[in-house]
Amino acid sequence: MGESAVIAGQAFNGISVASILLLAALGLALSFGVMNVINMAHGEMLMVGGYLSYLTCKFVHGPFAFLVALLIAFAGASLLGGLLEVSVVRWLYGRPLDTLLATWGVSLILQQGARSIFGPIGVEVTAPEWLNGSISIEHGALAGMDLPYVRLFIILLAVVVLSLVALFIARTRWGLLLRAVHQDREMSEALGVNTSRVDSMVFALGTGVAGLAGSALALIAPVTPTVGQSYIVYAFLVVILGGLGSLLGTTLASLLIGLSSAGAQIFMGVSLADVLLLVMVVLFIQFRPKGIVVRHSRALGEA
Amino acid sequence: MQPSCRNARSQKFGSSLILMAACLVLTWAFPSAEAAGPPVKVGVLQSLTGTMAISEVTVKSAEMLAIDQINGAGGVLGRKLVPIVEDGASDPAIFAQKAQKLLEQDKVVTVFGGWTSASRKAMLPVFERFHGLLWYPVQFEGNECSPDIMYSGAQPNQQILPALDWAFEKGYKRIFLLGSDYVFPRTANLILKKHILHRGGVVAGEEYVPLGGTDFSSVVTKIRLAHPQIIFNTLNGDSNVSFFKQMTAVGMPPSKLPVMSFSIAEQEAKAMGPSLVAGSYAAWNYFESLDNTPNKKLVAAYDAKFGAGSVLDDPMVHGYIDVILWAAAVKKAGSFDPNAVRKAAVQLGWTSSAMGNVKFAANQSLYQTAYVGILQPDGMFKILWQSKNPLFPEPYDPLAFPGKHCVLK
Repeated sequence: MGESAVIAGQAFNGISVASILLLAALGLALSFGVMNVINMAHGEMLMVGGYLSYLTCKFVHGPFAFLVALLIAFAGASLLGGLLEVSVVRWLYGRPLDTLLATWGVSLILQQGARSIFGPIGVEVTAPEWLNGSISIEHGALAGMDLPYVRLFIILLAVVVLSLVALFIARTRWGLLLRAVHQDREMSEALGVNTSRVDSMVFALGTGVAGLAGSALALIAPVTPTVGQSYIVYAFLVVILGGLGSLLGTTLASLLIGLSSAGAQIFMGVSLADVLLLVMVVLFIQFRPKGIVVRHSRALGEA
Repeated sequence: MQPSCRNARSQKFGSSLILMAACLVLTWAFPSAEAAGPPVKVGVLQSLTGTMAISEVTVKSAEMLAIDQINGAGGVLGRKLVPIVEDGASDPAIFAQKAQKLLEQDKVVTVFGGWTSASRKAMLPVFERFHGLLWYPVQFEGNECSPDIMYSGAQPNQQILPALDWAFEKGYKRIFLLGSDYVFPRTANLILKKHILHRGGVVAGEEYVPLGGTDFSSVVTKIRLAHPQIIFNTLNGDSNVSFFKQMTAVGMPPSKLPVMSFSIAEQEAKAMGPSLVAGSYAAWNYFESLDNTPNKKLVAAYDAKFGAGSVLDDPMVHGYIDVILWAAAVKKAGSFDPNAVRKAAVQLGWTSSAMGNVKFAANQSLYQTAYVGILQPDGMFKILWQSKNPLFPEPYDPLAFPGKHCVLK
């Protein structure tokens, strides 16, 4: 395995980590950007997605059971997210600290709920046959490189989801409303946009994507009641680094974090690479407090 | 006596009244000959939630089985045991806090529990301050020796070094060290490195992943680059599932690149799905497949309590034996006082157990036999190798920590 293969291999690993981060952070960026709501229970939507795929794979068999599981994870998590928005978040608009506390409470309830139902021990989703194996490069400069199908699938999923969300925002009527509310909430309201329905929709969409992330994650790691906790911190990092509410910024930030962490891990251990990553983000925020992509939005009161 | 009283609830009202009266009279008239004194509280402190729950919940079950069996035989010194169960939540700070609660508020006479070395290190000052006695059931890195802890789990020379002996015998001399980032893997690998180099082997690489970590992509790449003949794996808890899944995904399942794991026993193999880890090796002081009478009895008793198909493993059996040996030491001492009990425990002599013959040495660690096994698809280990005799426990490895000795008064 040559040097170029190592670097290419780590780049692949970085993109693979970035695609999971992107799926985890996309919904957070949406709800943060449009509604200015910090959803602490976002990580638990990953967990819900993971458990839903576990349940689906238990009852549905066959080679494409996992695709069904993805759909169910999306539907289930967005339903739960919609419910959370209508029952809790909606009543706390304009009180960011209260929202923070309330959604954190919800996150604890969901974790304990999962613990009571599924037990503290992680459950497994076995990857379908067609995702077993990998592409091995045997010749040329990249000889020895190995691309597991599972990771390729997750990258593909992230690309597809990102494109669909981008299309949704750019091309559909709901997307138009979403952009309008994002740019100027009061003006949209004055023009007859039902902003609370747009809010519910954005929130449900965001949590649904998190559900997909949880489902994808279940292919490479066990689903535990605390699985959301280990990704939520990175998801927040991505959102802050990317610039609030920007799809492009979120994508760039996921790639930056994924690639630099994989790159650092060539030279140092995983723990130290994590430390370096945090230092890097803190420094970056010092110089560009609004993140990679700065969007001007009245919703965030910064015009 | 008690079960029939409990059954009375399901009877019709009239007959249940009569039964209740009869039960009352009987309890009154024939107090058990043994259970004379008031019940005595013992603490059980394991992680029932969090990343370590995968391993620790069942240790609690085994400790409870031993407590039930002792109570069924009349208790200790005529007093029934009342277990106070607490959840350490996979968090060392919570272990310390709960240990203090058990000793200070509940006034337990002893505590069975702990798994990670971090949890033990966090509890140690609490036990020293309150002069309690902790029975610690898990293999660990040694390099510690306190009069307030009974270390029944393997010392390095009873698990990791025998595994190294076995690997060298098999010709695996190029070894990759992989572990979770905390005290046990770091110290275990420090000792392993000294011994590997001392015996002319090669350390192909050394990597640590944060406890509970799930991304092994870079680690897998590094392993591929290092071309080891075997991986010595000290990952803990759920991280193992991610590691084996991601190794298998790049075409390096344990059947192709041998993995010797120090934290995967029958319980973890069952939770992870034996197909994922079949063919990987483990070194322990107990396997459920051991062929001896005390083991068969223990397996039968455990199945009877927790259902057929439940699985026993090394830390569980250490937890079980801790309770049994504690009761024996209390009887010998004629007292529940922790200081008297620990002094009696090291004078108990050889006890036949499910792990073979065991005995507490003067340093409060256990003489025990080392075994190496390979995991079968049915989730049981086939035993490949065992040490000739029960090994003397050495808390301070002479190569890694020269000149240090454990002397307890």
